[in-house]
Amino acid sequence: MKKFLEGSRAVAEAIRLCKPGVISAYPITPQTHIVEELAQMVANGELKAEFVNVESEHSAASCVLGASATGVRSYTASSSQGILLMGEVLFNIAGMRLPVILTCANRAVSAPINIWNDQQDSVSMRDTGWIQLYVENNQEAVDFHFIAYRLAEDKSILLPVMVCMDGFILTHGIESVDIPEGEKVDKFLPAYQLPYKLDVENPLTLGPLVGPDYYMETRYAIQQTMKDALGVLPKLAKEFKEIFGRDYQDLLVEEYQVKGAKKVIVAMGSVCGTIKEVVDQMRAKGKKIGLLKIMCFRPFPYERVYQALKDVPKVAVLDKALSLGAQAPLAEEIKVACWGKKKAPKIISSFVAGLGGRDITAESIKEIYRRLNQKEVSLDFIDLKPELLKEKYG
Amino acid sequence: MDKDLFVYGHTACAGCGQSLASRLVLEAAGKNTIVVNNTGCLEVFSTGYPESCWGVPFIHSLFENAAAVASGIESALKYLGKKDKINVLAQGGDGGTADIGLQALSGMLERGHDVLYICYDNEAYMNTGIQRSGLTPLDTNTTTSPIGEKSLGNPRPKKPLLEIVNAHGIAYAATASVGYPQDVQRKVKKALSLLGPKFLHLHVPCPLGWRHEPRQTILVARLAVETGLFPLVEYENGVLMGVRKIKPKPVEEYLKLQARFRHILNKPEELKRIQEGADFNIQRYNLKLEEAENREV
Repeated sequence: MKKFLEGSRAVAEAIRLCKPGVISAYPITPQTHIVEELAQMVANGELKAEFVNVESEHSAASCVLGASATGVRSYTASSSQGILLMGEVLFNIAGMRLPVILTCANRAVSAPINIWNDQQDSVSMRDTGWIQLYVENNQEAVDFHFIAYRLAEDKSILLPVMVCMDGFILTHGIESVDIPEGEKVDKFLPAYQLPYKLDVENPLTLGPLVGPDYYMETRYAIQQTMKDALGVLPKLAKEFKEIFGRDYQDLLVEEYQVKGAKKVIVAMGSVCGTIKEVVDQMRAKGKKIGLLKIMCFRPFPYERVYQALKDVPKVAVLDKALSLGAQAPLAEEIKVACWGKKKAPKIISSFVAGLGGRDITAESIKEIYRRLNQKEVSLDFIDLKPELLKEKYG
Repeated sequence: MDKDLFVYGHTACAGCGQSLASRLVLEAAGKNTIVVNNTGCLEVFSTGYPESCWGVPFIHSLFENAAAVASGIESALKYLGKKDKINVLAQGGDGGTADIGLQALSGMLERGHDVLYICYDNEAYMNTGIQRSGLTPLDTNTTTSPIGEKSLGNPRPKKPLLEIVNAHGIAYAATASVGYPQDVQRKVKKALSLLGPKFLHLHVPCPLGWRHEPRQTILVARLAVETGLFPLVEYENGVLMGVRKIKPKPVEEYLKLQARFRHILNKPEELKRIQEGADFNIQRYNLKLEEAENREV
């Protein structure tokens, strides 16, 4: 049913339809509206779940770890410092192969403290072993949670999934979204079944001490499963389309006017909406430009990205996060995807924009396309204010 | 009593107070128990993959989060309608409980989860090599509170853990010592008979870290109680329900068996400070056995 909803409310509706038995979270802007809505649903009896108000994000992640290991579908959400505080537990959840789902309402990290959007929080967690999906709009925010649970709980995967949505831009943005009927969700998402769990009838030891004789194989196994997930997502996209009618291509990347394009921007998250707008305007003027939207950042679909970009002469990568002192995180992946190939883009330029909530306007996007007329840019900031950089200390 | 829920074959040191205590605890809790353990000696010596000592469902996550993981397990059991049949036991050492895990513990207690938390207190970070914790006693020689020209060891007394816990207004909070096995098991059973958060502060000597003879674990544990340095007390809903009465022995009798205190045995001023701590406990909890009560010991 189509509803006009705030993004956070839409996500809460999606989670309600996924029927988690335990929800645990700690307040942080801009994530909080999601769990407030869920708390109200539990209070109203619309959602049968235990809502655990913990004393930190570390405990929120630990709480859903415990619940998931007990055989109950679990959910948490956070942002920014909360995601960083969870970091230790995020590694642990993935290492224990627990299919927890987390919504990251993307926000800049401190210092300086800043509550507005960029993607530094989730991008910084890219090595935790969590699958990471990035959404462009609130419809994707709804749908990707169904996909996240289905993927995480797939017997061949059993890894946690983080659904990343831009804070404020999406979490507080009001859009028309289709909230599907519960029966459709039930059809797509079977009941939670964990092959290993805390059960007094079949006592197992979870989280043991593992020495050099066994540890490396546990990491290898996750690395292999990440590759497997690249194969599962396109199948889920197909099944999703059959049930819900919405087409997410292969759920790895979305090609928007990439075929025959001379210039393509690669990006992820809500900025893709702005880029599509610019692409439409400039295509109407005969400019052959396009967008490659990354939906799945972990595992990273290198081959799929290469196939999309191999015939594109000029590529710009737009990051909303940094790896300070090194290449921008998404740009690095795109360069790796094309590295050593005979047929590949001649230029892969890297741009960082929108940090700490600075608006990325249509003009910012046009500037990036224009910069592709120049020589390759190893990394540059868009919309930087040079006048603020003059002040120096002694 | 369920036997073989925590079996032999683990890699704890000879004379380890914690390994004995955890077996006593689990036997008393029974097989319908899920154990959640912080990182520490107990988890390390009992779960070296591919072996495990645990005959009940066991989960170890991180150093500081057993109370939070246990909160999630208890919530999941409530959701499944199984909580009334299954005990949730969260466990940690003194560092994992009173230092790095104190926040998670406080949250678990405050939220009212039906979990029994057991702190195995061996008075330092033994798993990493005898570093001082918030529960290390005054004047203890550890690797991070070493004695020297300007140091007599740990400069502060133990953090008042039981009082901190009790201030949450929980169903049950008690101290116990591995020197008194039946008392340990009675308290575990008592705690598990009550609904809501429960806490047991369990004193367990560590021959390696305390540097006493491994065969003297029980003796040392008992002397901690008999000197008044580790009083055995029991609270229900914040009300003191009972204490173990003692005929107080001088603290030297306890200290002299342990090389971690050797440097103060010839320092009357320090012995006096430690004795004052014991005397404070004796007075506060009225631990002293009156003549008429003599036979109860």
